[in-house]
Parts: sequence; C-alpha cells; structure tokens
Amino acid sequence: MSGSFSVFARELKLAWSGGGGAALPVGFFAAAASMTPFAVGNEIGNLQIAGPGVMWIALALASLLPMERLFQADLEDGTLDAYAGSGVGMEGIALAKTLAHWIATGIPLAFIAPILWIMLQGPPEQVLFVIGAALVGSLAFFFFGSIGAALAAGLRRGGLVIALVTLPLYVPTMIFGAAALYAAAGGGDWGQPALLAGAVSLFGIATSPFAAAMALRMAID
Amino acid sequence: MSGAGASSLALEVENLAAARGLRVLFEGLAFRVSAGESLELRGANGSGKSTLLRILAGLTRPHEGRVRYSGAGPGDSEEAAQHYLGHLDAVKPTETALEQARFWARYFARPQDVADAAIKRVGLANRKSVPGRGLSAGQKRRLALTRLLIEPRPVWLLDEPTAALDTEGRTLVMQLVAEHRAGGGIVIAAVHGEGFANSRILDLSTLKAAA
Repeated sequence: MSGSFSVFARELKLAWSGGGGAALPVGFFAAAASMTPFAVGNEIGNLQIAGPGVMWIALALASLLPMERLFQADLEDGTLDAYAGSGVGMEGIALAKTLAHWIATGIPLAFIAPILWIMLQGPPEQVLFVIGAALVGSLAFFFFGSIGAALAAGLRRGGLVIALVTLPLYVPTMIFGAAALYAAAGGGDWGQPALLAGAVSLFGIATSPFAAAMALRMAID
Repeated sequence: MSGAGASSLALEVENLAAARGLRVLFEGLAFRVSAGESLELRGANGSGKSTLLRILAGLTRPHEGRVRYSGAGPGDSEEAAQHYLGHLDAVKPTETALEQARFWARYFARPQDVADAAIKRVGLANRKSVPGRGLSAGQKRRLALTRLLIEPRPVWLLDEPTAALDTEGRTLVMQLVAEHRAGGGIVIAAVHGEGFANSRILDLSTLKAAA
C-alpha cells in the first residue's frame, strides 16, 4: 500500500517538475475549441449546434495526448522492472500513475472548459455543470487511455496503437457526456446522461488498472 | 522483514527452460542456492544470464519449470524475498540522487534516514543533490545499489552489478555481497571478469552445449 502511495506522490511531483506535462494537452484543448467559431461560423445557431460536441471531442483527444508517455519512460529506464521485481502489484502502480496524471492534466483541462464553453456560446449559468462534466469525462478518458498506454508502452511509435485501442472505449463517454452537455446547453434535464457518463467513468476506474497491469506485465516480460 | 537470520532460506530451480523467440536459451536447468551462498552466472553474451535473472525475479515467465523460495518465512510472497537490479538503473533524470533514494525508502515503507545512510554508503554523499541526468553511468549504478541497502531482503538478483563501476565501486559491490552473505543472504549475479570470493559458478554457455 505504501508502495502505490509513494508512486502516486512521486508521479505527481514529476508531472509538475518536468516542465509542465499539462501544458500540451491544455494548449491543444484550448486551441481546438477556440478554432471552432472560425470553422463553423460565429452565428449563434451554428455554435449552439456544434459547440458542445466539438468541446467534448477536443477534451477526449487532449486527454489522449499524454498517454504515450504514461508508462513508456518507466519502461525505458528500468523503473517498471524495479517496481515489478519488488512485490508491489502492477495494478496499484497503474492506478497510482493514472490518477496522478489525471490530477496533473485532467483537472487543469476541466478548469479551462468553462472558458471554452462560453466562447462556444454555451449558457453561462451552466459553467459549474461543465466543470463537473469535464472532470467526470476526463476521468474516463484517462483511465481507459491507460489501457492503450500500457499496451503501447513497449512500442516505438505507440501513438497509433493507443488511439486504435482507446477510441472505441471512449464511445460511451462520448455519447453520454455530449448528450449531457447538449441537454445543459438547451436548458433540458441533463441528469440522466450525466449519471450514465459517471457510471462509465466509475467502471473505467475500477477495471482499467487491472487491464493496464496485465499489459504492463507483458511489456516487461 | 530482515535478510539477517533467515538462515533456512533457499532458492530452488527445477527443470527450468527459457526461450527467446524460437531460440532455446537453456533447458533442464536445476539448481539450489542456500542461505549464505552466492551463485555467479557466467557465459557468453546472449547465453541467457539476464533472462534467467528475470525469471528468478518473476519478471519473465519461464518456458518450462519453476522457481521456488523455501523458508522465506510464513506469509511472505515470493517477490517480497528478493531484490532485482537489472542492467537499467531506474534513475529519473529530474530527481536528485537523495530524492530518489528517499522515494525508494517511502516505497518500501522504511524510515528516511535509511536512505541518507545508503547514499553515504555507496559513496554519493557529495553528489546527493545532483539530479539524475547529471550523474555519470557509474554514479547511476551506485544510486541503484542503494535499493539493496534501503530495504533488507534475503535474495539479491544482480545483472552485472559492477558494470560501469570504477575500482572502488567494484570493491564496494564485493563488500556488500560479502556482508549480505555473512548475514545469511543469497546472491545470484551475472558476472564478467572478477567474481565473488568462494562463490559457486553456473556457466550457461557450457550448459547449452551439453543440452
């Protein structure tokens, strides 16, 4: 237990000390969403149709960006061998690393989401809901992403593998999360899709560490 | 748990076989190493020394056969009995030497001053605030050795522990191994050149030729 917790604390520190691991995903998210009005036109009607969906896609893809390095550095420098050879379960390591990276990157993503929401003509009274939705959604994106990250850890250009493995797992969150955002934007009842998105995230948190651990054990074999 | 006093400990290997791709590295390998003994793995590059160590550490699954730790104490899992030091040093470029040693102390739930003492013991006291990327290959190897000192474990699996080390560093490894064995520990190491004092030797090259 102390093993997983110390890995969590270390990853959190490394994520912030190494020149801001969150900068690229946050920049990507902001850029993708702020380009949208130029592409779909700034008529309020257009943005209200495209805005929430584009924002949700941008969040998913931004969450995918840091995945390639999630386990790769530890595999390359022998740290995974040291973890695995010392009796701390790989499940705990995968959970600790993914959670630390979500805190370092996913939470900043969620906190810039309201700015983009307003830029895309979403109703300002829903910003708290948008933060919550982005927190819940990015949790699913990071945890399902960690499975792809673990499978691709030993590959030289693993990004494509990560996308291929992970994007199908993103689909439920994509559907329910976007549905909740559209409901919120239209003043409707967002409760049901939001709860379903939350359930998918919980499922991801509960299961992906086991899948990632299995893939990591194969990577070091 | 402590390495010292675990005198009934033994590591037993039965009918072990390993393959890399289609190539058989070794098969029918059997040996037993008891408390206080060391076993040097020798053989040409590619003869399977590293693979054998990884199998003993539980990192790689053997093609056939099994590894058993007996007398590791009740309730101990197989992994809790050993340290594996591969040829990669697990050194992070941005953390200082002392931070990394202290991380491993926290990881193994050991007090922080154990990490400070280990840094001194491996001769990194004057380099302790240098980040990993500023350490030489030999200093990284010394930093990796601190893991052995931070958490006492009865079985040490070392893959060319003296690689990149200077004369003084090699002497240090020999001393650590001798002390560990005197305390009832087991050392299994892939070695080129100078070996440990009165150690058993397993030559994987000849083994394969015989098989």
